Order: sequence, then structure tokens, then C-alpha cells
Amino acid sequence: MPRPFVLPDLGEGLTEAEIVKVLVQEGDRVQEDAPLLEVETDKATVEIPSPVTGRVAKIHVQPGQTVKVGAVLVTFDEEAGRGGAASLGTTLARSAPPADHTTSATQRAPAATAAAATRGSGPVAATPATRRLARELGVDIHTVRGTGHGGRVSDDDVRAAAGGRPPASAQPAAQPVAPERPATRKPLAPVGAEAPALPRFEQWGAVERQPLSHLRRTIAERMTLSATLVPHVTHFDRADITELDAIIRRNVEPARQRGVTLTLTSFLLKAAALALREHPQFNASLDPAAGELILKRYCHLGVAVATDRGLIVPVIRDVDKKPLIELQGELAALAQRVRDGKATLEDLRGGTFTVTNIGALGGTGAVPIINYPEVAILGAARAREEPVVLDGRIVPRVLLPLSLTFDHRVADGADGARFAAAIVRRLERPEQLLLEW
Amino acid sequence: MVMGDLVREVDVAVVGGGPGGYSAAFRCAELGLETVVVDASRRLGGACLWEGCIPSKALLHVSAVLGEVERAKEFGVDFGEPRIALDALRKWKAERVVGKLARGLAGVAKAKGVEIVGGRGVFEDSRALRVEGDEPQKIRFKHAVVATGSAPSPLPGAALASDRVMDSTGALELSDLPERLLVVGGGYIGLELGQVYTALGSKVTLVEMTDGLLPGVDRDLVQPLARHCEKLFVKIRLGTKVTSLHEQGSQIEARFGEGDTVAFDRVLVAVGRRPVSAELGLETTRVRPDAHGFVAVDERCRTADPRIWAVGDVTGEPMLAHRAMRQGKVAAEAIAGRPAAFDTVVVPAVVFTDPEVAWCGLTESQALREGRPVRIAKFQWAASGRAATLGRSDGLTKLIADADTGRVLGVGIVGPGAGELIAEGALAVEAALTAEDLAATIHTHPTLSETLMEAAETLLRPT
Ligand SMILES: Cc1cc2nc3c(=O)[nH]c(=O)nc-3n(C[C@H](O)[C@H](O)[C@H](O)COP(=O)(O)OP(=O)(O)OC[C@H]3O[C@@H](n4cnc5c(N)ncnc54)[C@H](O)[C@@H]3O)c2cc1C
Repeated sequence: MPRPFVLPDLGEGLTEAEIVKVLVQEGDRVQEDAPLLEVETDKATVEIPSPVTGRVAKIHVQPGQTVKVGAVLVTFDEEAGRGGAASLGTTLARSAPPADHTTSATQRAPAATAAAATRGSGPVAATPATRRLARELGVDIHTVRGTGHGGRVSDDDVRAAAGGRPPASAQPAAQPVAPERPATRKPLAPVGAEAPALPRFEQWGAVERQPLSHLRRTIAERMTLSATLVPHVTHFDRADITELDAIIRRNVEPARQRGVTLTLTSFLLKAAALALREHPQFNASLDPAAGELILKRYCHLGVAVATDRGLIVPVIRDVDKKPLIELQGELAALAQRVRDGKATLEDLRGGTFTVTNIGALGGTGAVPIINYPEVAILGAARAREEPVVLDGRIVPRVLLPLSLTFDHRVADGADGARFAAAIVRRLERPEQLLLEW
Repeated sequence: MVMGDLVREVDVAVVGGGPGGYSAAFRCAELGLETVVVDASRRLGGACLWEGCIPSKALLHVSAVLGEVERAKEFGVDFGEPRIALDALRKWKAERVVGKLARGLAGVAKAKGVEIVGGRGVFEDSRALRVEGDEPQKIRFKHAVVATGSAPSPLPGAALASDRVMDSTGALELSDLPERLLVVGGGYIGLELGQVYTALGSKVTLVEMTDGLLPGVDRDLVQPLARHCEKLFVKIRLGTKVTSLHEQGSQIEARFGEGDTVAFDRVLVAVGRRPVSAELGLETTRVRPDAHGFVAVDERCRTADPRIWAVGDVTGEPMLAHRAMRQGKVAAEAIAGRPAAFDTVVVPAVVFTDPEVAWCGLTESQALREGRPVRIAKFQWAASGRAATLGRSDGLTKLIADADTGRVLGVGIVGPGAGELIAEGALAVEAALTAEDLAATIHTHPTLSETLMEAAETLLRPT
């Protein structure tokens, strides 16, 4: 029988993907796990493997198209003999609920009739379309608290319950960069505040309209969400890394012999991870619906990587537990994968705190936007040798400007200052880094 | 079996071509599944098109026109006595109404590539169906949808096989106009057809076993209809059981309870419908109909057999075509792997009599029985400008709202056009609108739809 294969749940924050390449043709026979399609999600290009062995009966998508989670990608004629119960869509994101789960969640209630309308405390206060959205996102709508008038559950309530995913844009449309396709209006997902209409710029001179790339849109939506939702506050500090700088210089060659290029970023990561142990509220997420702070007992740090497509934040796991040299190696490999567009979904998910080092590009400081739903981000600018008064004498020291931006709902200025100081202390006394890990 | 060896393989076999079956089949086809419909009558439409909703509403339109003609005398217009050509009426119903819609359905089936196989489908196991009849064959399916609908129930304890004793199907054929007609059953089918025959000239007596017409419907909604029926019918006997029927020459003698016996020219038995699930071979599958013959399904319309789905009247109350159609689409999408569910809050119901009665969601009596905290607004049509211009001030619009949130939980309407008006009520309940939403929406003036807005406004005032 034909088995539709849908774009699986890609995990937190990912509600849609862009089809980059279709690697099979209608009529092809494919083996289970053989690559089917290449899609670009929020941040990575990912290969989607076939969930079954069978014949590709129909391909429903084409390169350039943006598809939502749950949309049918390919229909298979499954090989006879294979069980009908195999749930499609689990292969990509093993941690995500299988596609079947979405529907089985709705199976509990007996067949609804008119009587269902009046059972218990009344029917769910949501429109049929919102209820369908909930099914698609695997959310039990009965558990969602409605924020609307009369307790109505809105699409946004459902999306929030689905894990703080930013509301997805209204509809998948043609990929914008392809010049032969007509430009389709594709508004960014709203976050609550409505932007006023733009003036007609043409009245002042010629303009050109450029559609946003998929990644650009994602960044735009994410940043708007974070900047709109989270009250940001920034604390500035400077770390005297003269000693650390010397250590790095001394060890560049030995590290290179082990195949690793030593950089400041790995020390920043390590210092941040160790400081997070003392200040767990910065390794957390706020659950406003529950009125709770979710403290994460793991320390996976995101590192901002600039690519020619845009900003991408891959994640290094268990930074607090890994030896520095290993961190450094992992960081280099990860950054390379990201730049090549080869990062896997696992590379991009599960971060608890982000570090962004903009030092390579100069400048004296920057205030980054928090990588929602994390609660803080550490920015490092370029370290420079500067005159410093030490014991009454002016001496040259290497100073690293740092900015810690955090969610003011979760912590106050004093907490931020103490956390920043905990990072600075470790950078200034690198032997502490040694003793702690 | 001549062609007994013919076996074909399909993705989806739909058994029964009524509204549930054809909706499922069309949606399956749209989703790229190879689909056949097996129907005993070898045509789409089912009870709804051939012997239910459509022909009955066609005849009720005729009776409504006749009712308007009669009322026109009130404002000084007299058309004289209507003359009814029964042949022409039958032809119009069969060709211009039913026939036209049937051709439309067949055209859609063709366009969507849904094949219709004539014959009775009998399951051989959870993967195969045997088709009996003129086109015998075996169909192997990946999924099957049971959409076999329902059939009229016979009169319990007093069944009589006679041409003069009809069920709704026979009554809609209109083979003649009996002088004296007994309608057994005060539900919607009995009332609708009773009014049709009255309009066409029969003298109708109606008996109902319980102590009111339209059991289960709020009394204040039934009352204007009951009052009108009292005028139209020779007699309405409530709390009365027909204990026996005897054919006596060219008439039928009906005995009421332990009491009197009255003679009629024809009898219409409209005491309910029962699901068609017997002799379907379901025992070879994992589907087990309940004691009444209904097939239980989950929210996706799947039966206990993972390959077999069921929709429509065979799955239970309310046995209405629009419920069957929605279920059909849900089942099709679920088969195609989509996250569909029949999570419908309300199945609105309409009695197409004069006046019409329509309701959806929570009823007043149900709210009282369950002690639900609700607020109820009733707007009498005597205060409606539009009702006055129509000469119909006997209607009522009722809203039942949650006492705390003002959310509309149920709507009931009686009056001409109630069947159309209830759509707004169904949308309000289904989309969880509040009384304020209805009150603040501009309704065109002067229309009957304003009564919903007015009723909602009364709920906004402090108690
Ligand atoms: C007089 C009357 C008036 C009505 N008015 C209304 C109304 O106004 N509004 C409304 O919503 N509903 C109305 N109904 C009810 C409506 O007709 C039913 O709810 C609706 O038709 C149910 O659809 P279904 O698809 O479940 O089955 P059905 O329409 O009953 O169709 C079932 C089909 O399955 C076929 N079948 C059965 N067994 C087999 C088998 N073994 N193999 C092959 N084929 C088989 C039958 O021949 C039939 O064609 C009315 C009914 C009657 C009788």
C-alpha cells in the first residue's frame, strides 16, 4: 500500500525545512536508511533517510520548496511483507516523538458525538483548525491553557505548548532566490507585536526587493521572538588574560603536533561552563506558563559561527566535563561541518548557554541577543594589549572585553555581575581552570 | 460464481456508497490512494440521496410552498385551491432533484478515479472482501471502510407485511395519496413525512409512544411545532403504543394500547433506524458490533481491526448525513497517515418541518439535568422585525452559555429558516465563541439571524 512519509518532527524550534535536493526519482526502489532527500532546516543541511525499503511511488516536493513538519514528502509503495505498523518519520530525530504518536495521542477519547460536546467541563475552547494544529504538533490540547478571551486556546498557545517553537510562517511557498519563480509574499511569523506599515520608499528613489533566504528568515524570526519576549540586560566586564594569552602562545606548537589549533574560544567555553556550575540559573530556561525555572543538569554550550549563509550556533555537549584539548578539537571539527553545511541536527540542538566570540572581526564590544529559550549569552570582543595601572605602575596587559547579556526575568544585575566575575576570575587565573576540571 | 476467480488489489475498499462512504472514497482518491466503492445498489448517494434527506426535503419544499400559499390569504392574496399532479411531482423529485444530484456524484467519482462496484460486500477476512451479485469478484484491500449505513426499524411487536404499511422509503415513493394515514413515531422522520402527506391532502393521525414529540429536544423548541401539528393533523396521540396492525380488506386496522382500534388506508412506520452490520462477514475480522449492531470506532474512525474503519450511521448516533460525511473525510485522512481526528464538538440537527426546529451542542434540559452552571437567553421572535414581515412571530432563538466565561455551549432555534440559522450556532460552539462575540458581530437587518445577536446581547446584561 502507499505509505506517505512526512517531514518528521525535527525537534525544538524547528517547524519547517527547505528542500535542497531530491535524491530519488519516482519509481526508484530504495533500501531502508538510504538517503532520500536533502533538506535545509533552520541551520543545517540534513539528509533524510528512507524509513522503509520500498518503491518511491510519488514525490510530493521539489527543491526550493519550504515544507512544514507533518507535510507529506514522498509516498512509498512498501515492500510486501513488511509490517504495517512501522511508524514512519522516526528515523531523523530519534529523540522526537514518532510521527504516529501525534495521532495516537488523539485516540484515547471514544468516538465523539454530539454528547461529547457536553461531557466533563466542556469542550476544548479552540477552533477546529487550532485543534488540528495541536494534533500536528503532537500537543494534547486538553492540557493547553488558553490565554484568549473566555479561555480560548489560540494557535500561539498551542505552539508555545509544543515547546516554545516560534510560530511558523503562514504557508510554504516557492523558494525565494530562484529568479524564474514569481516572488511570493511570505510574511515572517508574527510574535505578538504588529509592525506598522512601511512607507512607500519608491517616493524617494528606486528600490529593489530581495526575498529573504531560508536561514535569514529563521534568524529574523528567532531574533524578533527573543528580543520581543525577553527583557534583555547586559553587564560589561574586562578580563586580564595576559597570563592565559601566554599559556596559549606557549602551547600552540605542542597542540598543533596533536592536530589541534589552540584558540581562546575553547578557554572561554571552559570558563563559562565552570562558572555556570556556580550560577545554575544562567544554565536554564524560563517556563512562564508553569511559572517555573527549568534548571538544566547538563552543560551544552552553543558557539556562534559566522558562515557565508548567516549565523549558525552549533552545540558542544558536556563542556564542563571535557578536557580542553578535546574541546578544542571538537570545536574545530564542528565549525568546519557548519561552514560546509554538513552539520547534523544533533549538532545544533540542546544548547543551554551560548558563547559568541566576535574578536576576529575587531570592535570593542557588542551586545548579542539571547539565543531563546536559553537565558544568557556571553560575548567576547577583541583582546588587546592596553596600558594598565598595576601596583602604581603602568604596565602593558592583554585585556579581553566581555559582555554578559541575560534574561532579566530570571536574574538581576547583581547576579549577572557575579556570574561575569566568576568567568573573568577563571580567565585571569588559568590555573583555576586546571584545578577545577 | 461465474467470475469468482477475479481478484483485484486496491488500497482502500469502501463498503457502502452513502454520504459516509463516498466522502471517504473521494478524499482517499484525492490523497492518491486507489479506491473502490462497493454498493449494493451500484450507485452513490445511499439513504441520504435516494430515500432520505434529499427526496424528503424536496417534498417538504412542496409542502412549505403550499403552507405559504395558505398563509397568503392572511395578507389578502388568494391563489385558490391548489391542484397537485402527483405524476409530475414524482417526476420532478426523481429526475430534477435526485437524478440530477446522482449524476453529479457519479461525475465526481469518475473525475476522481473512484470505481463503483455493484454488489453486496462481505468480508472474508481483514484483508479481503467478496462481492456478491451481478459483478462477483474478490477485492483484496489494504484498508476497508465500513459505511453500510442504517435501515428503517420495523414496528416492534406489530410488524405487518403489507403494501399498505410503509417505511420512510415507501412513503417517499408517493405511490398514492391515502385518504387516512397513520404515522407511527413522533420523531423527525414521522413529523416531516406527516406534514408532507398533510400538505398533499391526506388526513394524518400521529401516534408517539413517549409523552411528547421529538423526544430529547427542549420542550420550548418543540412547542411551536407541536401547536402547528395539532392544527394540521387530525389527531396526535401521545403516550400511545400501536399494539397491533391488521389488514382488513383495503384498509389497516391499528390498535392503540389496550384500547380502541382505528382504520386507516395506509400506515407509515417511522420508529427509528438500525445500523446495517449483520451479514457483512464482520465475524471474520476483528470488528464486533455491539448489541444494537453499532460498530465502535476511535477518534480516527478506526474499528477494533486496525485495517478496518467505519463511518456514518453504522457507527452510532446521531445518525445524520453531515456527521457521516465528516467522519468519511477523517477516516480517509487517517488512512493516508495524516493526523486527522473526529474531534467535532457539535453535530447540529434540523427537523425540516413547518416551523423548522434546529439545535446544536448542549441543550437546556441536559444542562439542568447535569447541573451545569450555564446562563440561558431566549429571544422570542415576536420581537423580531423580520419575523413580523414574514407573518411568522411564533419562533424562538435560545442560547446556552457557560456562566463564567460566556462561551456559547448550545443553540436552539424554532421557526422558519431555523435549519439555515443553526449554522451560525454550530460555528459559534465549534469555534468556542462567546456571547459577546455574537453580540458584537453585525447581523444584517432585518433578518432572522438578528435573533442570535439579540439573544447574545441579553446574556451580556448583568443578571
Ligand atoms: C426519510 C429520511 C430523512 C432523512 N433526512 C435527513 C436530513 O434531513 N439530514 C440528515 O443529515 N440526515 C437525514 N437522514 C439520515 C441520513 O440519510 C443518514 O444519516 C445518512 O444517509 C447516513 O449515511 P451513511 O453513509 O452512513 O449510510 P447510508 O446513506 O445509509 O448508505 C449506506 C449504503 O450502503 C449500502 N450497503 C449496505 N450494506 C451493504 C453491503 N453489505 N454491501 C454493499 N453495500 C451495502 C446501502 O445500499 C447504501 O447505499 C434521513 C434519513 C431518512 C430515512
